[in-house]
Amino acid sequence: MKHALYGAMFAAALAVPAFANDYSIMAPASPGGGWDSTARTMQEVMQAEGISSSVQVTNVPGAGGTVGLAQFVASSSGDPSQLIVGGYVMVGAILTNASPVSLADVTPIARLTGEAVAIVVPAASPIQDIKGLVDAMAADPGAVSWAGGSAGGVDHITVGLLAKAAGVDPTKINYVAFSGGGEATAAILGNQVTAGISGLGEFLPQVEAGTMRLLAVSSDARLEGVDAPTLTEAGYDVVVQNWRMVAAAPGLSDEQKAQVTADIEKLAKSEGWQKALADKGWADTYLAGADFEAQLAKEIEATTAILKDIGLVQ
Amino acid sequence: MDTFSFLLQGLATAFEPMMLLYALIGVTLGTAVGVLPGIGPALTVALLLPVTYGLDAAGSLIMFAGIYYGGMYGGSTTSILLNTPGESASVITALEGNKMARAGRGGPALATAAIGSFVAGLLATLMLAFLAPHVVKLALIFGPREYFALMVLAFVTVSAAFGESALRGLVSLFIGLALAMVGIDQLTGQTRLAFGVPQLLDGIEVTTLAVAMFALGEALFVAAQGPDNDSGILAIKGRVRMTAQDWARSWKAWLRGTAIGFPIGSMPAGGADIASFLSYATERNMTKHPEEFGKGAIEGVAGPEAANNAAAAGTLVPLLTLGLPTTATAAIMLAGFQQFGLQPGPLLFATAPQLVWGLIASLLVANVMLLVLNLPLIRFWILLLKIPQPWLYGGILVFATLGTLGVNPSPVELMMLVLFGTMGYLMRLFNYPIAPVVVGLILGPMAEQQLRRALSISQGDWTTLVQSPVAAVLLLLALAALVVPMILRARGRGDALSQIGTAED
Repeated sequence: MKHALYGAMFAAALAVPAFANDYSIMAPASPGGGWDSTARTMQEVMQAEGISSSVQVTNVPGAGGTVGLAQFVASSSGDPSQLIVGGYVMVGAILTNASPVSLADVTPIARLTGEAVAIVVPAASPIQDIKGLVDAMAADPGAVSWAGGSAGGVDHITVGLLAKAAGVDPTKINYVAFSGGGEATAAILGNQVTAGISGLGEFLPQVEAGTMRLLAVSSDARLEGVDAPTLTEAGYDVVVQNWRMVAAAPGLSDEQKAQVTADIEKLAKSEGWQKALADKGWADTYLAGADFEAQLAKEIEATTAILKDIGLVQ
Repeated sequence: MDTFSFLLQGLATAFEPMMLLYALIGVTLGTAVGVLPGIGPALTVALLLPVTYGLDAAGSLIMFAGIYYGGMYGGSTTSILLNTPGESASVITALEGNKMARAGRGGPALATAAIGSFVAGLLATLMLAFLAPHVVKLALIFGPREYFALMVLAFVTVSAAFGESALRGLVSLFIGLALAMVGIDQLTGQTRLAFGVPQLLDGIEVTTLAVAMFALGEALFVAAQGPDNDSGILAIKGRVRMTAQDWARSWKAWLRGTAIGFPIGSMPAGGADIASFLSYATERNMTKHPEEFGKGAIEGVAGPEAANNAAAAGTLVPLLTLGLPTTATAAIMLAGFQQFGLQPGPLLFATAPQLVWGLIASLLVANVMLLVLNLPLIRFWILLLKIPQPWLYGGILVFATLGTLGVNPSPVELMMLVLFGTMGYLMRLFNYPIAPVVVGLILGPMAEQQLRRALSISQGDWTTLVQSPVAAVLLLLALAALVVPMILRARGRGDALSQIGTAED
């Protein structure tokens, strides 16, 4: 089936003469996940807004995006039509997997979207607020079990940062990794763990239905329509955003890089993109150019530090 | 409105001509991708997701559900006829099904799979409609320690059910468990046994191993026997349809399979594969024809096939009631819901009843369509077995390789396919059962993670494993399944048992 699809794509590519603005976006993950839906939404909007006449999405899943990243670096050098989607999870995965390629090997273009991390407890829990939870953790870190996504991911990092901010040894935290927010949600609803931590979107429906209590979010300011303090407001200096970005191939000339950056800016500012963000509940975190590069360097440094503190990276 | 009138209203939605068309497209595509090894329903739904941006919400979800059911069904066809399971849930079907096909009873095997899938799908969908809110409460009782106990039960019953020698069965199982270790450990993020190969970081793909062991191993085995060998494959012997005796032996297995499959499917960490393993073990224990097991017992096809379809309906319980996707396909269907601005979760039944009941009703419709589509096709499918052996096995090799590469186009994947194929050949040659390897690979990581999660939550206290009544009962059952046969053997009933256990390859 997929081969027939490639065949059809190939035929279509032959029929339409190539434009300079044709793009091929790699989603370094399986179909259906966050990076995949980012790539496919980009494809949709870029074509609909006339930014590019033909955009293709390819999936290369594996190892937090590092398998795809390695393939991208090896095969796309100097080709301005090649893009790759990535994000915070990739920053951690590059470190924990000791990946031979890193984000320094591609040309980061812009940060596009982001989502805050939310901390919840089951509705039946005696813990009422984030202070109660952190105090319990300070008293006995092992007794507070956290259900969240995969080890070394953004959820795990947030718990580590929170522990550090509260003066708790991050190596002592009892983090129980689940394969994604879904399984973690089941464990939280079933009262198997003390608290849960995952993307806000995963928990909001449960919070609205009254089966979970939202204690705090990791954004830098209060979120509209979300009745919970930020961690900073609660007195813990932790701001975490699970952001997603787009990068271009290594070895681009300055003109090529400027062209890609201009196209992505057009995308991020377009009505179609803004509507897609609203539909999916993604925050607009558009940041490009030198600002983004500085921010990225800062995040990589902070992530390396906390992963060392948790003991995941030597 | 009560459940019943909601369901009637849903049926009215599902019977709109456009909805019927979407359901038909869904089941046809689903059956087709189920037949191809490696390309599963998850991938198909994912590829179709962008296509459905323009369609209406109800229609595309109905199509996805059709693909899901169709895929569960289609996987059985290649398992039975070609010994090439398309998904992990149909690995077990290959055991008895392929033996039946070789004995000229491919028709009844396919028929019992089709009708069993239909019966299970129908009952499970009705259970989904009427019992979902209650079942989900039960499913949430299952935490890490209960899942671990369930895995132990599955390990014991399954390994006891395979092969003539318990030792050989265990060797195979442990090979599978060792392979299951490969990749990034989910709980700590550390890499194990990947030897610096990035493609190994995510572990070994179950379908790659299953296709290599079953299809490649078998092709090599047949080829090694030389050109003039008559492997004794009979295309058709007797009737293509099921006999009265086939019906009599199948219907109880269908019902038992449904009873096992639906609850296990609705557990957030359950799944169709575990359901099919447990169903096979149950049928093997309860059958009145133990001598046929391993040689083509129809219950061994009927039960697991019913179980995997019932489990497929079961996975929609946590999806619709809690918003929890428990399989890859369900995760992508969740993305589909979100694409239309619907958040599946505890409020979905209240906020979008029309859509939910439309979906449940169209599952019923899709189920009937699958039966209508597949029963007449059985006559054509079994003609595959009339293809001369060199052509047939050559075709299987091409087909298996394309399927595996289609999912994961990398030379490493191809190397693994060849390597495991050779291993499958050697294991056949030295009379080790194949299925426990695949079972070990599927269940190993689940058992390990659940055990470690349970211990992490209890801060290392092992007694936590028996402190929950559910877990304690499951572990006791597992212990009984292990010890009772030993006692029987010690009392001199060993002869009867060794007759029950026969090699499945």
